[in-house]
Amino acid sequence: MVTFPAPSHLTARERARRTARGGASRSVPAPLLVPALIAVGFLVLPLAGLLIRAPWSRLGAALSGSDATQALVLSLWTASASTAISLVIGVPLAWVLARSSFPGQRLLRALVTLPLVLPPVVGGVALLLAFGRTGFLGRYLDSWFGLTIPFTPIAVVMAETFVAMPFLIITVEGALRSADQGFEEAAATLGAKRMTVFRRVTVPLIAPSLGAGAVLCWARALGEFGATITFAGSFPGQTETMPIAVYYALETDPDAAIALSLVLLFVSVVVLVSLRDRWLRRGPVP
Amino acid sequence: MLTVSLTAASGQVVGVIGPNGAGKSTLLSAVAGLTPVSAGRIRLAGQVLDDASTGAFVQTAGRPVGFVFQNYRLFPHLTVADNVAFSPRARGMGRQAAQSAAGHWLGRLGLTDLADRKPAQLSGGQAQRVALARALAGQPALLLLDEPLSALDAGTRLDVQAELKRHLAEFAGPCLLVTHDPLEALVLADRLLVLEEGRIVQEGTPAHVARRPGTEYVARLVGLNLYAGHADAATVALRGGGAFVIPDRGQHGDVLVAVRPSAVVVSSQRPVAGSARNAWPARIAGLTLLADRVRLDLDGQPPALVDVTPAAVAELSLAPGTEVWLTVKATDLEVYPHAQRQTS
Repeated sequence: MVTFPAPSHLTARERARRTARGGASRSVPAPLLVPALIAVGFLVLPLAGLLIRAPWSRLGAALSGSDATQALVLSLWTASASTAISLVIGVPLAWVLARSSFPGQRLLRALVTLPLVLPPVVGGVALLLAFGRTGFLGRYLDSWFGLTIPFTPIAVVMAETFVAMPFLIITVEGALRSADQGFEEAAATLGAKRMTVFRRVTVPLIAPSLGAGAVLCWARALGEFGATITFAGSFPGQTETMPIAVYYALETDPDAAIALSLVLLFVSVVVLVSLRDRWLRRGPVP
Repeated sequence: MLTVSLTAASGQVVGVIGPNGAGKSTLLSAVAGLTPVSAGRIRLAGQVLDDASTGAFVQTAGRPVGFVFQNYRLFPHLTVADNVAFSPRARGMGRQAAQSAAGHWLGRLGLTDLADRKPAQLSGGQAQRVALARALAGQPALLLLDEPLSALDAGTRLDVQAELKRHLAEFAGPCLLVTHDPLEALVLADRLLVLEEGRIVQEGTPAHVARRPGTEYVARLVGLNLYAGHADAATVALRGGGAFVIPDRGQHGDVLVAVRPSAVVVSSQRPVAGSARNAWPARIAGLTLLADRVRLDLDGQPPALVDVTPAAVAELSLAPGTEVWLTVKATDLEVYPHAQRQTS
């Protein structure tokens, strides 16, 4: 004797969707739904809190305070400089990792991606030990050229490059690995030497991934806090970037802190929207 | 692994045919410099491109070779004109000079109207012509073509084939063309090389190879029945069983016998008192409908492929499993010596 469970209910819309496109039930089972909702709440509520508690009417005034404007300007130009440096030295390294082969390559790749997992403040300490006035490189810069790097805008750029460049390298390396080398072969048969192939074929074909990597790099550089405050300190106008300004402003000028936070939030959203799903799916976009 | 020795003269189109995996693409790769040879030598116009014994190796970019790839590999981010101008520019020409050189080749291949299009906007036949123009614009001394028509649909293929033959005839240097399509090889090539399992098994003019195939593969390609056997003046003992009576030309030794499918007669009963010297029983294993005939696949000693009209199939009630008798005249058998490698 065959028994059936009592039938559940299928709404007309759900029925139409499933008959047209097939596929299993899309509803979420309760044991998965409840934790998922908690996760959503945990991620969204703080951001919502930021938007709700923002002093919208006083925002303009808060942002135009001299500290806030200086932090904004400093952050923008240092992040851009870091990205530019990352492009100039990072793309060749990505090519070396993706296309050449030499002993110790795996170790090099691991080292290059270390800043991705290393606590940023540790990165800052490392930079200080290397380039500080008594650092193993810094002492020569100081004694030969009188050049002091820590606590200058140069230090900010160096700290941001240290943490952000690996993002660019990883993205570009992935794109180069999955690129169709048939085009490069074709270019070679047409008489193009290797740098010509790189310039006219390889780079244009990975341009979307290159762009995505650069945007990621810029966003990461903009948001850097630990390495910057350790290596460059926080002198307003000189080395006080937006994240650092937010940190200090919380005690002295909460409105400015919230305003700057909103700016950073806005930039982050813009970056994510512009990348869409490109950086979640590694490789060149056709 | 590929063991090949070939020479191509100026202006000659050498076709290389063979089953997949025979090494045809490897051959082109080696000549282009994309793969070095493990032993042996490649020379073009007297200059060494690759020599395993001395270690000399000219990089791909330094070889005056034009390559038309099977999937064309047109640069997707460049227009047709920029694609064709790529080689002159890469070899050092200024932008203006390269553009006008490209314009010349676009004109010669009838592509001027497409100059500003991107490869994604081209049809198969157009893309093929652009690939050819791009290879020729580099003024190569040797042209390599990897299955140039295989990416096209059957209709476009015939038109493009005729045009390609014209362009290849106009090209001064040698052409090395690789294909698995026997018709393409027969139409485009001046000389054919058959490559099987990394070795050349037959060499000759397309007509000769088609009439006297040296291997089962070629026979199947050109649609002939091929049998190996041992000849003794007027008879051939076939390796797979059975024997043929052949015209007595005093042949002795290992031979190949080629029979056209249309030269075999199918009868429902054993023929008596006919002029055909060869008759043997067979059973139909399968039927295939071709454009204007039916091809029967028959098991027997020896087995055979036979072409008959659809009307005959109906009249004789031919179906899989039907027992029939096959007859073929001795004078319809093409008998020739079977050597390791045949040259014409």
